[in-house]
Amino acid sequence: MTISNPQQAADQSPAIDLRKINKRFGPVHANRDVDLQVGRGTVHGIIGENGAGKSTLMSILYGFYEADSGDILINGKTVKIRASKDAINAGIGMVHQHFMLVDTFTVLENVMLGAEASSSLRHSMVDARKELQRLSEEYGLAVDPDAMTGELPVGLQQRVEILKALYRGADILILDEPTGVLTPQEAEQLFSILDTLRSRGVSVMLITHKLQEILAITDHVSVMRAGTMVADRVTADTNKEELAELMVGRKVLLHVDKAPAQPGDVLLQADNLTVRDADAVPRLDDVSLKLRAGEIVGIAGVSGNGQTELLEVLSGIRPVEDGKLNVNGTLIDATNVLDAKDLRHLSVGHVAEDRHRLGMVTAFSARESAIMGFQDEPEFNRGLLTDGGAITRHCQQLMDEFDVRPGNPDLKSANFSGGNQQKLCIAREMERQPKVLLVGQPTRGVDIGAIEFIHQQIVKLRDAGSAVLVVSVELEEVMSLCDRILVMFEGRIVGEIAASEADAKTLGLMMGNASEAGGNAG
Amino acid sequence: MNDVLLMLVSILDSTIRVSTPLILCAMAGVFSERSGIVDIGLEGKMLAGAFAAAATAAVTGSAWLGLGCAIIVSVGMALLHGFACITHRGNQVVSGLAINILASGLTVTLGIAWFAQGGQTPQLSGDARFAALEFPGAAAVADVPVIGAIYSELLSGHNLLVYLALLAVPLTWWVIFRSRFGLRLRAVGENPQAVDTAGISVAWLRYRAVMCAGILCGIAGTYLSTAQNAAFLKDMSAGKGYIALAALIFGKWHPKAALFACLLFGFLEALSVRLQGVQLPVIGEVPVQLMQALPYVLTVILLAGFIGKAIAPKAIGIPYNKER
Repeated sequence: MTISNPQQAADQSPAIDLRKINKRFGPVHANRDVDLQVGRGTVHGIIGENGAGKSTLMSILYGFYEADSGDILINGKTVKIRASKDAINAGIGMVHQHFMLVDTFTVLENVMLGAEASSSLRHSMVDARKELQRLSEEYGLAVDPDAMTGELPVGLQQRVEILKALYRGADILILDEPTGVLTPQEAEQLFSILDTLRSRGVSVMLITHKLQEILAITDHVSVMRAGTMVADRVTADTNKEELAELMVGRKVLLHVDKAPAQPGDVLLQADNLTVRDADAVPRLDDVSLKLRAGEIVGIAGVSGNGQTELLEVLSGIRPVEDGKLNVNGTLIDATNVLDAKDLRHLSVGHVAEDRHRLGMVTAFSARESAIMGFQDEPEFNRGLLTDGGAITRHCQQLMDEFDVRPGNPDLKSANFSGGNQQKLCIAREMERQPKVLLVGQPTRGVDIGAIEFIHQQIVKLRDAGSAVLVVSVELEEVMSLCDRILVMFEGRIVGEIAASEADAKTLGLMMGNASEAGGNAG
Repeated sequence: MNDVLLMLVSILDSTIRVSTPLILCAMAGVFSERSGIVDIGLEGKMLAGAFAAAATAAVTGSAWLGLGCAIIVSVGMALLHGFACITHRGNQVVSGLAINILASGLTVTLGIAWFAQGGQTPQLSGDARFAALEFPGAAAVADVPVIGAIYSELLSGHNLLVYLALLAVPLTWWVIFRSRFGLRLRAVGENPQAVDTAGISVAWLRYRAVMCAGILCGIAGTYLSTAQNAAFLKDMSAGKGYIALAALIFGKWHPKAALFACLLFGFLEALSVRLQGVQLPVIGEVPVQLMQALPYVLTVILLAGFIGKAIAPKAIGIPYNKER
């Protein structure tokens, strides 16, 4: 590179060059002197815990916020990004965690929205259709332009988001937690799409808190912690342990450290449970399983294959209509219906899959969320009134024991991070040492440091002699946390394997080949 | 035979007259609600427009100036609604109700202050009103059986605003479903974030939508006071804005379906007028009150059960907040 050839110098400048970006929200210093360089045609990972400042940085890059100070250089040129429009004009496209799509529009309408060629839609559509066709072919992103967007599976919706960005001429693509909503198969497809984009010269920024994604797809990785950029690594030269330590700021145990299980008596037995939806389609099909004391049983499977219904039946949210359930000696079936409260009294704890829908009321204070399901217990009541003092003390105690931060019982539940909300829910359910604990997605949206803690607590409960059922879409989690793994597909249990013998490939095959296996069996 | 035809034509003729303000208001509602802004203030905007039109026409003697003034006033009220709901993210129903109460009170107060006729405006005549337009040859073919009656009675002989209302339907449809503005407007009513991230201003788009609603409500008001009637009367909108809102929902926020809903409500009202005092077989004379209540009873029944699930624009009523 010589100074006499500025053209060439510009060509070799990084796609994104952020210099000393600062952003404050009141007392919170969300980004502190952040520097970042993303090379052209590379996949660059940004990793960090929730609240580390990744999202703020991306919002600054995409024009949602303006930085307090610092420079943004795109392809070597300084640009001012005050609104999303400026970012789009600079060639930046963004795929948001929650898709920015209109469900009632066709794919084509969504792609052209905001970038219509003329004021008459008919003319715009002809051009847009051609361009969409071309992009689909060039990048291998097949999708029906006339499909109703809301009816597409999430993987395809994400594809529409990528096409939207490319349609606007983006050569820099930012993806914010792209795999959060995807099944493992869809995530695989996404990675191959990113691979194609990279080979076509598109620069990709991947924001995630999942270590294995960083290692699987990126060329470089930058680590953020508490608003600062703490490290920059070539992906090939680093490993999970180092990245985790950089993210959290201390050594983190990525694998669950536990003694072999000592299975005891059967505490919960399900026989031939079947659940049908409103259209009489079986969502849970003839499922039988046993949970033993001192054992963690995992349910693996692509989400939507009956796991939710299974948890609902076992926890009493959904009545047993077909089949039998035996909880610690009490028989539950269509003639003896017990609800969620009754099952709680039978010492069944339930950490719901979707904590915002079933686990807590986000608009309530933490102390109120911390007694949900137990609000009728005498200790929280004084005659007809609730006992505010007891409720606060109870919540404070849970927060201390489970390291919920900030430890303020009066704070609104919504204002805690995902990990701390989850810790509060788990604390509530575990506090009474339930004989059976059902846990749905124990670490969804939870930081890596909190994951370690939650796993330890679950193992502790097991060692105290409880039976635990863990439903998770994270294969790694199922394999490292559980003792025995059941694989679900289309509402059936299609396989069982000891966790010590399972690896991602075997389980993936069981989940993937399940249709054939099920077909043969049925 | 001919009597029946004439009666039918006459009922349909008044159906069109009665439906006109409903149609204009329903189209106004399509613009506003498709963009995600609940427009319960159709009534108030129409009433304010009616007063502005009559007052201006009374003073200047020009119906056209009245129309212009009505549109300005109605758009002004729409902007007030927008300022409360879009800029300040207020509750859209409360803001709409405030518009209605404001219009109801202010029109009478100003009417008394300016004209001292108990809240009415002076009677309008001549150029201060929109007169009926006779189609060429209407008188000549009036005696031709069937076609003559339809042409001269039903199609011809309405004032300009009636034809404008009928024209507003395909125009609204085209703008909403066939124009870039319409695509964005529908998008902002479904998912404003998608519009924002596409680099388009959510607020400006919604302001434009409520202004379109204001223009149409202004025309509806002008029709009430300078075409259908010859003066502004206290609370002369008489719930038509609410009926239009019901027709809009009944028509599932679609211009064409809303048009038919408006015509249906208009037909029932025309029928109820026609049937007053008429002896029907078996039933005998139908009480006037029952016939007058019919459109409202029908509204309740239709909305409660017959139209199926009306799926509203997803983001309707929710103020857009950029910060997450």
